[in-house]
Amino acid sequence: MASAATVAASGVASKARAQQAEVPAGAKIGIPAGETSSVSFKVNGQDQTLSVDNRTTLLDALREHLHLTGTKKGCDHGQCGACTVMVDGRRINSCLSLAIMHEGDEVVTIEGLGEPGKLHPMQAAFVKHDGYQCGYCTPGQICSSVAVLEEIKAGMPSHVTGDLTAKVAFSLEEIRERMSGNLCRCGAYSNIVDAIADVAGRPA
Amino acid sequence: MKFDTPATENPIDRMTVVGKPIERIDGQMKTTGRAKYAYEWHDDAMPYAYGYPLGAAIAKGRIRAMDVSAAAQAPGVITIVTSDSMPDLKKAKRNTAKLFGGKDIHHYHQAVAVVVAETFEQARAAAHLIKVDYEEGKGAFDLEASMESARKPEDGEPDSAAGDFASAFDAATVQFDQTYTTPDQSHAMMEPHASIAAWDGDALTVWTSSQMIDWWRSDLATALDMDKEKIHIMSPFIGGGFGAKLFLRSDAVLAALAARAARRPVKVALPRPFLMNNTTHRPATIQRIRIGAGQDGKITAIAHESWSGDLEGGGPETAVQQTRLLYAGANRMTATRLAVLDLPEGNAMRAPGEAPGLMALEVAMDEMAEKLGQDPVAFRILNDTQVDPEKPEKAFSHRDLVGCMKLGAERFGWDKRSTRPGSVRDGDWLVGMGVAAAFRNNMVMASGARIKLDREGILTVETDMTDIGTGSYTIIAQTAAEMLGLPLDRVAVNLGDSRFPVSSGSGGQWGGNSATAGVYAACVKMREAIAQSLGFNAESIDFADGMVISGDRRVPLADAVREAPLIVEDTIEYGDISEEQQQSTFGAHFVEVGVDIATGEVRIRRMLAVCAAGRILNPMTARSQVIGAMTMGVGGALSEELAVDKKRGFFVNHDLAGYEVPVHADIPHQEVIFMDETDPMSSPMKAKGVGELGLCGVAAAINNAVYNATGIRVRNYPVTLDKLIGALPQIS
Repeated sequence: MASAATVAASGVASKARAQQAEVPAGAKIGIPAGETSSVSFKVNGQDQTLSVDNRTTLLDALREHLHLTGTKKGCDHGQCGACTVMVDGRRINSCLSLAIMHEGDEVVTIEGLGEPGKLHPMQAAFVKHDGYQCGYCTPGQICSSVAVLEEIKAGMPSHVTGDLTAKVAFSLEEIRERMSGNLCRCGAYSNIVDAIADVAGRPA
Repeated sequence: MKFDTPATENPIDRMTVVGKPIERIDGQMKTTGRAKYAYEWHDDAMPYAYGYPLGAAIAKGRIRAMDVSAAAQAPGVITIVTSDSMPDLKKAKRNTAKLFGGKDIHHYHQAVAVVVAETFEQARAAAHLIKVDYEEGKGAFDLEASMESARKPEDGEPDSAAGDFASAFDAATVQFDQTYTTPDQSHAMMEPHASIAAWDGDALTVWTSSQMIDWWRSDLATALDMDKEKIHIMSPFIGGGFGAKLFLRSDAVLAALAARAARRPVKVALPRPFLMNNTTHRPATIQRIRIGAGQDGKITAIAHESWSGDLEGGGPETAVQQTRLLYAGANRMTATRLAVLDLPEGNAMRAPGEAPGLMALEVAMDEMAEKLGQDPVAFRILNDTQVDPEKPEKAFSHRDLVGCMKLGAERFGWDKRSTRPGSVRDGDWLVGMGVAAAFRNNMVMASGARIKLDREGILTVETDMTDIGTGSYTIIAQTAAEMLGLPLDRVAVNLGDSRFPVSSGSGGQWGGNSATAGVYAACVKMREAIAQSLGFNAESIDFADGMVISGDRRVPLADAVREAPLIVEDTIEYGDISEEQQQSTFGAHFVEVGVDIATGEVRIRRMLAVCAAGRILNPMTARSQVIGAMTMGVGGALSEELAVDKKRGFFVNHDLAGYEVPVHADIPHQEVIFMDETDPMSSPMKAKGVGELGLCGVAAAINNAVYNATGIRVRNYPVTLDKLIGALPQIS
């Protein structure tokens, strides 16, 4: 485990081109010097190069730097899933990831899935099944939903998968388990599952 | 428009658009991430700075000194506003806890400073460099320990009585007397409180997340000691509220003060761990219920007493409310007592009063039914009343609790419930069914709207009404479309802006009925204006398919517009009619649970709600309100509890990992049935509220199902497995 952590850490360091900023006054009393780094990644197919504070999360880079505010901040702690985006095809909580860790990555946000008048099938299914109310967890739910169907297709097991050697089968139980990192306080779960089942072509 | 006689036939009764399961008109905005919430407003011409709040680290006491020198020197810091540098801000009546200012600390995480910096990261880092020297005082944090000191509140109607409860209870053949507790709960909506404030001279613009635009505008004016007319509030999308965003909160105040000090726009979001202690919560209760009945099951005496706590000057959780109205019984009393606690402010959370009240009452009814050897559904039906049992001269405007119970029992398969607890097994699961009545009063509020018809025939509705996920945008569009005979795509709806007429806002499940009634009133004026413009007799015209029809004449609506758009405005106001009869909403919740025979883990297997709530304006969004409320009820029954540190005086589990709301895996497919009814006493819409009704009784139905599954009666919520595991039946 220690070696894996080291690899991960050095990977980040080599990816991010850290730039020592001018030492601010605060540094004298031991607070973090406001280091910034440049990071380049693709967001929804577009190349982006940002100069960000090293402490900036991917979530805040999207929201505050790129003004892609479809990705929501519900807790900033990895507890609610509202900030779910896809990075290189896998869903992550963007609040638990620093922007500078994503050099060269491909990020897809809710804005990249579809737009008004040109909805992604999952977005359309959420509208059809009323799989939302206030809408704040919705982008995260939709990004997760799209990724969950891919995960099942790719044979990734979950906590409720019975036979780990067999091909993972779509079931409502699998959907509910895999979606449980995305909280919805309005309580649209029953409709969200209907929407996902609709897109998967299965009866809810 | 004054609503002072029961509604008669009107254009809404056509139900060509109203009453249809129409997809949300804001659905594409929300599902594509284009809907902009408070913190997300961006304008290159408005370069804002970031504010980050600091909360008090003690529950009660005083700030002796604040040292901001390190924070002020930190990178990027523009300014710091500290509480001890100014007097207490003037507090509006709707707030109990003070929001900012002064040296006194009244509760944990009371805001004591806001740091403004160029970036979010800089502001956050600097906020933690502020050193606060506190003088800690002694506080009261334990409701049970404070019961003796609890007093009868001065406001409202804390107590009620009819007949002679004490004698009737003593004389009753079957007596029941139990005490229940419900914990402090948190709204835990997904969007934290957030505001952007921008000053232009002495005028202030605030983008925020508010359920009640005009309340916030008034109360922010009070806090900042300024003219309300100089404040512009916008809140077009709200990421959930459940009562947490009814009243002005610190984010708006901090943003406004910070923006003034920084001389530029500032945005402030309350960090998630701030929410539970800085804002409001549903207060814990202790409730004693006594029921006396004859052997025939008829209630002869019923009493409900409730104790809760709040900060000095606050109010009680009105948990006895429904017991005054739900069941018959000639001899009755209710009492509400309030203790002073130094915990954060207790205030309205979805169905305040009824939600915790029914958590107790509907378990008591289950216990009493068993004591009488009666079926819980039959026992409730037997004790139905069609009049206010405290004031028998006052009838319910419409009440179909019995219909909900009967239909629900039939659809749920209630006849398959075993009357012997702990007797149904399905593999490792003990299976049980439970029922509870749902009850919530129907409140009506004055509500205004402005309507504009332009030359292209587009009708635009403007009202400061909010959509907190309830579907306001959609039902308002449906109402206007129905009234003017337009297809939905010819109607635009703009909400949540203080430049628009003052509406009912969203709270107390009054918003749907009241706000559409306000739009109805404005539409009636628009119909008159159109008739006048076209020279038609307003009495004999019809509006359909985008046309104005008078006899043989059919004219497109847009022809009524000459040069300038037609603009009308009106407000629905209620006369005594809302007081003449008792307006309430009713329902029945049916739940089936499985309880793990070895671990006591409770899983919800099936849920059904049957609701009698007047005309349902949109069965799709109304159903969503109810399933969402049922889901919140699952949390209330099984997991939600703010853990009180009774020594330090704060809610310990103040984030979404520690405060456990239901997740996908907790919720099965949910069924909802709406009774086909109208209530002409409620408004021209003949609708009532459902958003809170859906929550009322859910937790009790679950608790009753757990009892039916296991034979274990839990009277202290939530029903967690530690309360079951020691008493589970022997595994055979």
